[in-house]
Amino acid sequence: MNYWPLLGIALVVIGFALKLNPMLVVTAAAIVTGLLGGMDLIEVVSTFGKAFNDNRIIAIVWIVLPVIGLLERHGLQQRAASVIRGLKSATTGRLLILYLAYRQLTAAIGLHSTAGHAQTVRPLVAPMALAAAEKQHGTLDEETAETVKAYSAATDNVGLFFGEDIFFAIGSIVLIQQTLVTYGYNLSPLELALWAIPSAICAFLIHGARLLLLDRRLGQKP
Amino acid sequence: MIAMHWLYALAGAMFAAFALLSALDTAHSKRFGNAAFWGLMALSLLGGDAIGDFGNGLLVLGLAGLAGFGLIGRSSPPTTGAEEREGWSQRLGNRLFLPALIIPVTALIGTLLYNYTPIGGLGWIEAKRETYVFLALGVLIALATIFAWLRPPALAPLQEGRRLIDAIGWAAVLPQMLAALGVLFAAAGVGDIIGGVTRQAIPEGSVFLTVAVFGLGMALFTMIMGNAFAAFPVMAAAIGVPLLIVGYGGDPAVVGAVGMLAGFCGTLMTPMAANFNLVPAALLELKDQYGVIRAQVATALPLLVLNILIIYFAAFR
Repeated sequence: MNYWPLLGIALVVIGFALKLNPMLVVTAAAIVTGLLGGMDLIEVVSTFGKAFNDNRIIAIVWIVLPVIGLLERHGLQQRAASVIRGLKSATTGRLLILYLAYRQLTAAIGLHSTAGHAQTVRPLVAPMALAAAEKQHGTLDEETAETVKAYSAATDNVGLFFGEDIFFAIGSIVLIQQTLVTYGYNLSPLELALWAIPSAICAFLIHGARLLLLDRRLGQKP
Repeated sequence: MIAMHWLYALAGAMFAAFALLSALDTAHSKRFGNAAFWGLMALSLLGGDAIGDFGNGLLVLGLAGLAGFGLIGRSSPPTTGAEEREGWSQRLGNRLFLPALIIPVTALIGTLLYNYTPIGGLGWIEAKRETYVFLALGVLIALATIFAWLRPPALAPLQEGRRLIDAIGWAAVLPQMLAALGVLFAAAGVGDIIGGVTRQAIPEGSVFLTVAVFGLGMALFTMIMGNAFAAFPVMAAAIGVPLLIVGYGGDPAVVGAVGMLAGFCGTLMTPMAANFNLVPAALLELKDQYGVIRAQVATALPLLVLNILIIYFAAFR
C-alpha cells in the first residue's frame, strides 16, 4: 500500500502545532496530498477548487453579521449584560446550563441552524455569561474573561453535537443509514436517532457538571 | 423555486460591498489586501459555477496567499463607542432584544411551518435548505425593522458587518478550505490507509478492545479530517461492519449511531473543525486561538469513554 499520502496529515499536524497560518498549512497539505496520491498539479488545483465551490453553503451564515453589527452599535451586548446584572440568582454556570439544554432540545427537533456562534453566542450568550461572572467574581482579569468566553462557545458546540443526532432527518443520520445499507443493514432513521439519546444525556451531565465547577471557581473571590 | 444560488447571490453581494468599502477605507493600512480577499469571496459566491474547477482552484490559492502572507488585517470602520452604546442600551431597554430575536425566531417558525404544515408540500424552496432560506429572510426582516425603528446611516449595516468580518478574518473562509482538503484526502486514498492501519492494531478475540479501537479510531480520524462524516464510512468499513456487527453480532443501530457520536467527541478536540473551534475564538476575540478547544477537552474525553461503554453494553446486550 502507498503510505505517502499520510505526509499531508503530518503537514497539517505540524503546521497547526507550530501555529503557522492555517490557510497556508491547509493549502500546502492539499497540494502535497494530491500530488502524492498520483494527481498532477492541474488536477490537484481543480479538485481543490471544485470542492471549495461545492461547500459554499458554509459561507451563508455570515449574512447575519450586518444585523449583529448594527445591534452592537446600538448597545445590544451592554443590554444583555445589564439584564443578567438585574437577575439576583444568575450565575455563569446556571446560565450556560440553561443554554446547553436549549441548544440540545432545539437541535433535537431539527432546529440546529437557528442558533450558533455568530447568531447567538457573540451577541447574547457570551456577554451574559461575562456579566454573570462579574457578579460572582468582581472585575475579571483577562484570563478569566477568556475562559468564560471560551466556555460560552464550547457550550454551544456540545449542545449542538449531542442534540442534533436525535433528529432523524439530519445529515449524519442519513450518512449512517446510507453507509450501513451498502452492507445490507436497512435501518430506519428513527431507530438510529433513538440511540443518540443516551450519549446526549451523558453529554448534558458531564458538561453541566463542568459548568457548575466553573461557577465554584468564579465564586472564589480574587 | 427559491434555490441556494439566491442565497449565494445575497451573500456574494454582501462580500462585494465589504470589498468595495475596504478599498475606499483610506485609514486602513491593508485596505487593498482586504478588498482583494473579500472580493475573491464575492466572486466565488456570485460566479463560482461559471469560472470552472481550475478557476475556482486559482481563486482558493489567491485567498490562501492573501491570508497566509499577512496581506489582510482588522479594520476600524465608523461605529459607536462604549459610552454611547451604554446610553443606547439604557434608552432602548429590553426592546433591543426584539430585532436580535427576529433571525432565530424566523428561522425556527419558518422551518417548523415548512416541515409540519402543508406549506412545505408546495415545493417553494430547494429541498432540505429551508432553514437557510428562513435565516436569510430573518436577516432581511431584522434589517428592515432596525431601519424603521432606529434610522441608522444607510451604510451602517455594511460597515458594521465589515467590522465583524475583518475581526474574524481568514477564519471565516477556513472551514470551507478544510472541507475541500477532506475531499483531497479522500481522493488520495487516506481513508483506506487509515482503515488498514487501525485494523492491524486490533487484538483478536476481545470484543471490548475492538469496540475501544473503533471508538478511539472514530475520534482520532475525525480529529485528522475535522469531520466525523469523513471518518464514519472508513471506520465502518474497517471495523464497525466486518468485526463488530458481522463478527461479534453487535446491534448495527447502536454501532452506527453511537460510533458517529464517538467521532463528534473528536470534533470537539481538533483545530481542523475550524467552524466550531477556531471561528468562535476569532468571533469572541480570544487571545488564544485554541481557547475553545481547551475548554472542550475535559468534556470530550470522558464523553468518549462513555460512548465506548454505551456501544459495548448496548450493542452486545
